[in-house]
Parts: sequence; C-alpha cells; structure tokens
Amino acid sequence: MVDTASQQVDRAAMRRERWRLFTRTLRDNWRLFVGSKIGPIGLGIVIFFVLFSASYPIFMAVTHNPRIYDPVTGFDYDLMPTSNPHPPTWSHPLGTDVYGRDILSQLMYSSGHDLLLGLIAAGAGVLLATLVGSIAAFYGGIVDMFFMRVADIMMLFPFLATLVALSALMNVSLLMLAIFLAILTGFGTTSIILRSQALQVKVKPFVEAARVSGGSNFHIIWSHIVPNVLPLSFLYMMFSVTGAIFTEAALAFLGFLNVRMSLGIIIQNANTSGYLIGTRLATYWYMWLPAGAVISLICAGFYFVGRGLDEVVNPRLRER
Amino acid sequence: MALLEVSDLTMHYRTRSGWVQAVERVNLSLDRGAAIGLVGESGCGKTSLAMSLLKLLPSNAQIKEGQILFDGNDLVPLTEDQMRRYRWERISMVFQAAMNSLNPVYTVRDQIVEAIQYHMPMRYEEAWSRVAKLFEFVGLDPGVMNQYPHEYSGGMKQRAVIAMALACDPDIIIADEPTTALDVIVQDRILKRMDEIRSELNMAMIYISHDIAVIAEVSDRIGVMYAGKMMEMADVVTIFQKPLHPYTFALMSAFPSVRGEKHELVELPGEPPDLISPPKGCRFHPRCPQATAVCSEKAPEFTEVEPGHFCACWNPRSK
Amino acid sequence: MPDTVTATDALIKVDNLSKYYPLASGLFSRVRHYIHAVEGVSFAADAGEVIGLAGESGCGKTTTGKLLLRLIAPTNGYIYFNGIDVARIPSGGKLKAYRRQVQMIFQDPYESMNPRKTLYDIIAEPLAVHKIGNIVGREQVVADSLARVGLVPPETFMFRYPHELSGGQRQRVAIARAIGIKPRFIVADEPTSMLDVSIRTGVMKLLLELRQEYNLAMLYITHDLAVARYMCERLAIMYLGRMVELGPTEEVLQNPLHPYTKALISAVPVPDPTFKREAIPIKGSISRPVDPPSYCRFYPRCPVATDYCRENKHPPLEDKGDGHYVACYNV
Repeated sequence: MVDTASQQVDRAAMRRERWRLFTRTLRDNWRLFVGSKIGPIGLGIVIFFVLFSASYPIFMAVTHNPRIYDPVTGFDYDLMPTSNPHPPTWSHPLGTDVYGRDILSQLMYSSGHDLLLGLIAAGAGVLLATLVGSIAAFYGGIVDMFFMRVADIMMLFPFLATLVALSALMNVSLLMLAIFLAILTGFGTTSIILRSQALQVKVKPFVEAARVSGGSNFHIIWSHIVPNVLPLSFLYMMFSVTGAIFTEAALAFLGFLNVRMSLGIIIQNANTSGYLIGTRLATYWYMWLPAGAVISLICAGFYFVGRGLDEVVNPRLRER
Repeated sequence: MALLEVSDLTMHYRTRSGWVQAVERVNLSLDRGAAIGLVGESGCGKTSLAMSLLKLLPSNAQIKEGQILFDGNDLVPLTEDQMRRYRWERISMVFQAAMNSLNPVYTVRDQIVEAIQYHMPMRYEEAWSRVAKLFEFVGLDPGVMNQYPHEYSGGMKQRAVIAMALACDPDIIIADEPTTALDVIVQDRILKRMDEIRSELNMAMIYISHDIAVIAEVSDRIGVMYAGKMMEMADVVTIFQKPLHPYTFALMSAFPSVRGEKHELVELPGEPPDLISPPKGCRFHPRCPQATAVCSEKAPEFTEVEPGHFCACWNPRSK
Repeated sequence: MPDTVTATDALIKVDNLSKYYPLASGLFSRVRHYIHAVEGVSFAADAGEVIGLAGESGCGKTTTGKLLLRLIAPTNGYIYFNGIDVARIPSGGKLKAYRRQVQMIFQDPYESMNPRKTLYDIIAEPLAVHKIGNIVGREQVVADSLARVGLVPPETFMFRYPHELSGGQRQRVAIARAIGIKPRFIVADEPTSMLDVSIRTGVMKLLLELRQEYNLAMLYITHDLAVARYMCERLAIMYLGRMVELGPTEEVLQNPLHPYTKALISAVPVPDPTFKREAIPIKGSISRPVDPPSYCRFYPRCPVATDYCRENKHPPLEDKGDGHYVACYNV
C-alpha cells in the first residue's frame, strides 16, 4: 500500500484530468451517435430548419419588403394581371397562395413557430414527466397511486373535443397549445414510462448507499434518480416534439387554432379554397406539397435524432 | 483412445476493438467415467471453452484452429445440423445460472419432455414417465414435476436442470458453475448426487468453477486456466500437493479454508489482462513473482513435466 | 440474557432486535401473517472489532445489517450506539447525526455506485450531504481516500466513471466512500463475494488494515465461513432469523456446538482433496419463517431434538464458557 495520505493534490493537474475525461466522454457519445448513421441525418435536418426559420427575420429586415412578403398581409402587385395562386417565379420561388401571399415566406415564418411550439411542449412536458415519474416511483404508495390515476385520466382525456370547446370559448394560441400538450405528456403516458425507469433505479444499492450517507429524500431523488431517468427523458423529448408538431398541424388544419400562420394553416387555406381536389392537386402542388414536406421533414428530423440518441442511451443496443 | 480429446483448441471473439483471444491452444482429454475440473477466475475462458466444445457459440465467435475429437470424430468442421446429433444426445450441459434457464410459463415436466422429444422419437406418455424416472434419479419428488419453476427452490431448480441434462443419456455432461448460487448445504447434496450419478452411469463430467474447493471435491483431474490458456493440469492430489505453476500456487494460497491450519492468505498483485491485446510471452508474466526475461519473450509450451502432470511455465516451482 | 453478551461499554449494542414483515393478505382476510425475518437478535461490538454474521440466504443476516443502519425500521428491540438508542429516533436531524458515524459497503460493486457520477462525486457524497469541509477540502479527502485504498495516482481516478474500473477497483472505491467521513461503525454486506480469488485477498486485507487505522467496529456479513475465518474476531451464525451461535471465530468454526453450525461447517467444501468431510446429519431444507411456532426454529431439522425442545420456547443464547454462546437445550 502506498502511503500518500499527507500528499497534497495537484489541483491544476486534477482540473486538466477532469476536462480531458469530460471531453472524452462527450467524444465517445458523439461517436456512438454518429455511428447510428440515422442520428446525424436527423440532426442535419433539424439544424437546417433552425437556420431556415432563423433566416426569415433577417430576410424581412434586410432584403424583403414586408408589404410583399408578410406571411399574412403580404401581396405582390407585380403579379396583378395574372390570377392567384401563382406558380413559382424568381421573386416567389414557391409561388403564391390563393390570396397572393408568398408561400416560401409563410413556410419560413411557420416552421420557426412550429419548432418553438414543439420544443416548448416537449421540453416542458418531459421535464414535468421526469419529476412526476421520479416522485411517484420514489415515494410509492398513495403518491404513486395518485399520479398514476392522473395519468390514466390524461390518457383517456378527450383532448380534441376539449380543444374544440376551448377554441369556441377563447382564442387558443400556440403557447396555450404548448402548455396543454406539456400537461398531457407530463402527467400522461411519458410519466408512466419514466416512472417505470425510476422504479428500476430506486431499488439499486447506490440509493441505499446515499441513504446510509444521510441523504434526504430530496437529495436521493435529485442526484440519484433524476440523473438516471434523464437520458430516457431526453429520448422521449425528441419523440414528443414530433407529436406536438403533428398535433399543431392537424388542429390548424381543422381551424381550431388562433395563430397568424402555421404549416397546418397553409394546407387548410389550400383546402378551403378548393385546391386539394382531383387533378388540381398536381397543378397546384406548391400550395400543399412544400408545407406537407416541411412538417414531415421536421418530424423525421427529431425522430431520427431520437433514434440516434437511443444508441447512446441504451447500452443494450450497442454491439461489443 | 479417450472419449474426448481436445487439441490446440483456439477460439476468438470478434469485437469492435479487435479479436478477443478467449481460448488459446487448449489441450485436454477425458475418459469415459472420468471427471475433469476446470478452475479459473472470471474471464479466464473456462465457459468459452465449454461452449466451444458444444459449438454453442455466438455469431461473432470463431474456432480458429484445433480439434475436438469426440469418440474419434472431429466436431470442429461439423455443420450446425450435424452438430445437433451430438449436442444433448452425446454431450449435454448444465448452464451457469441454471435458475434462469427454465422457462417460467411452462411446467418443468413439459420443458423436459420437449427436450426429450426433440432428440428422441417418443410418445408424450413415454417421455412423461421418463421424466418421472429422471426426477427420482436426481433426488426430486416426481410429484412436483407438474409445477412451474417459480414454485421450486433454488436447489430443486438445479436438480431439475440436471435431470434435463441427463434426459438423453449423454456420454458427457458439462456443468458450468452448477452450484454457485446455492447455499452450502444444498450445494453439498447436489454435488454428492452428481458424483454418484457419474459412477452409476459411467458418465464423464466436466466441472467448471471459480471455486477450487468445489472442484477438488468432485474431480479426478484439474485444469487451471488463466487468460484463455491452460496453465497446469494434473490429477487432483498432485495439483494440490505439488503445484508447479506459480499461478496455481497463488490461487491456492489466496483461497481460505474453514478447516486445517489458518495459513496466511497471499495477495496476488495486479489484475487479469485484457484478452484483446494479451501480454507477449506468457500471459501470466506481468503478475508472476517468478518471471524472468524469457517469460516476456516467448510463451511457454504446455508440456508433460512428469507423467500425467502438464504445465506451461518456464520456471516451474519445483520438479 | 447474560450481561456479557451485550456489554454496556460496547460501541454498538443490539438488544432483542426483531423485524417482522407482513405478508400481503387477501382483501377481506382478517388474519395477518408475518415473516419473522429477524427475531430476538442480541450482540455487541467494540470499537476495532469485526463481528461476522453468517448463515444461508434468507437467514436474516442482511436484514440485521440494514436494521442497524436504520435502512429498515425495526419492529422490536434496541440498538444502542455509544449508549444512545437509535432504534426509534425519528428520521431527520438525529438520524442524520447517527448516519454521520456509520457506513455500509455493499455486495455488488456494479450496482452500488451511480453510473452517472464520477468517482469524485461518489466518494465525496457523504461529505457533501453532511456539509463537511469546503470543495478544496473534499477534494483532498477524496484524493487521500483513493490513495489509501490503492487507486494511485488519485488524480487519474477521481473523475472517471465506475464503469471504467474493474470489479476489484470498484470495491476499493466503495471502501474509499465508506472511510471518507471517518465513520466509527461499518456494515460490510458480503463485500468480497463477487470478486475473484486473486482480487479478493487484497480487498480483505485492506478492510482489516482500515479497521486498525480507524479503530472501526465492523459487522461483516457473509455466507462464506472460510472468508469469515479470516475477517472476524467473533462469529455469529444465524438460522431463520435467529442467532443460534456466537463466539470467537476460531472457536465456533473448530468446535461448533449448535447442530446447525456443525452441519453448516461440514457442508463447506475444503480445498484439499485428501480431506474427507463428515456427512451432514440434518434433514429437510430451509423454509420461510412465516408465523413460526414458538419452539426452537431448528427443531424440524434437528438431529438431536427432544420433546423438551418442542415444548419450550426457542432456547436463549447461553454462555458455554469463554464467550461461546449457543442457543440449544441439548449442548
């Protein structure tokens, strides 16, 4: 046995070592993520749409005239002689809709809002689900029973009908929808999944070790259970984003949302003005295809990122 | 001619970081009715060796060289289909953690009946009465055979798994840590019964364990493995009284006993090597108290030092 | 109960400790059944002493260890630590103060550490929970502890994750975690049973060295009597929740008095092929202590049982000389 009990630790060397090991862990995880092949594709798609929507306010401020390119009130008088909707031209690469508004601008504007909606709904929802799942699993008994019955109610909740009723009473904004969805995920299915993960963590000896060390319930939940549930939470967050964006598109299409413009509304406009019928579907492709493709791509992007994270989070999927 | 003659058997696993040299040029021979014990620590390749003998290997494993002569036939080149005739019918196995090798949704009887019918054309009733006989044979009340595994105690499950291994009258049973999870009194009974079964049926046994005391009780010969290699092999009394290999000696001096004089336990420094890039020369040399220059250069051959006593070491402790 | 079993000046003294678990009963059934997991266990340990607790699985040895640390609340009995009864102190400040002085080492080195924490976080956790020292001080303690258990240089180990270490190294980290707050009493629950022979010896020796250095009292729980022989000054044998024999280790192992201890020892395989063990006289197999009758727990399997054993209560632990206690009427 080496006697080093009185030796001073080299703090600088320690910091370097900590940094080296931290970056190595990051690198290892990144390698696994890249190794999944599908993950980086998803990340690429997501980054593309983040840039795509972030560039919109810049275009509006620098080159685009809001009178022409505003997603709701814009109108291009140069196209007056011909009727709207107008097929793609140089100034309107994806054409204009039935009211003469630039479809590309609508897409850029909407995808930003949809991304935000998806991330807020999924982020808040999964955070809530992590806490609910961890607390329910840790305390068990009546606390667990309460949260699980709440989850049952959430799963059986007629949320479409509620939204219809709600939209009749008040204007449902994107933020409200995000909160609504967050509560549904936070207390519903995701919390059940994360609770079962927390239950597995709870019985591990390291929880007992923390207890012996005098750790309080809060300490155990916060520093032992939550960190071990969090990777799975993050995974489910990616899948929840997809759900939230689909929901938004569906609700906007049905006209239940009070938003200026969204991907769902673009398609709804095409529908209500009668362009989604028969052969017109092909002629007026630019009225529905770009919006539909953006919805699908964003959702696929987050789903792929989730699949890539799955490889990092679930060691059982890793080959030796 | 021995019943089983393994020569230069080498088996590697392919992984992302390289080939794991799990079993490296292992030799052993086993006569009808004999029992050989393989000891070694976790990761020494003893289970991999057993799985290679049955060719029950995962898809990333490959037998690189060597022969497995069973009754004069080499098993290495055989196809999966041809192997099936040997597996269970001629060589069967009691798996590690046998507790978990029973399916919880079928009765124990049905599981053994299925194993029998898979290998032998037999009517259900016939197989059934055979299970009852097997149960009596391994010391279980045939009345419990209609129960589900979860109704069995650990010892009963182990006996049931042994009954299953005996189902097709094999010539060899490989028992991989057959009693590791059991309490000593139950372990003692099961080991005794297995030893009796061996002499009653003149069956050969290969025992695999990390516990040299267990191996000493039931084996005629003992092979000591380390890092995928056979280090020493001799009959049980010789290996305990005159161990030649420093690793065998270290293993024994680190092993406590409840009986006899309380000898000082000797600590073996270091840890077993990574088998992807094992040490050059003798795989034990980095931890060996007797290592010399040649040990890190060339791997010693597994040679017969004296009649029946094999050892792979440049500096055996004493002839 | 003779006084010497539970000497009053001992660091930790357990008196008549019991734990009953209710069995899940039917919704309308009024009869409650209880598993008597631990019943009437008494012993004492001085500072610097290792007491072994051995027996088969289900004998209540781990439950006893967890009761001592109040991971489980006892049904009956007293646990005096330094003269203060900790069996019934409410969770909160007082319990935390008790836990400031005790630690536990677990069996499974792979499950007893949070996989998402670095070794620094793991070893510093007790210090952080009890708010001992500042960050610089804790780093020093962690480094010293790591060095003490042989993981050198500590700087290279401190910020690694448990999965990067071997089983033996992990168990050393578990020990480092236990000694960081300088406890006075440690419960070691089979700390070496999952380690290989060549690794095990080092860990056993380390524990014995630390016991000396810190003047620790230790409860060493094991199913392996051979390991207990090397680790413990005194050894207690448990059967179905009851302590049946307690005495100096060598005395208990070489001269067992209780028929169960005799059977247990004769069942342990000996690493000597020329040694022939005597046959085990006991019959039957271990059951669960559900609503056990009041007579001796070992009565149904006992080779020397008499009618007296069945007609009287479970025998008390009695001194048969030199601190060798046995709970049997026929010794």
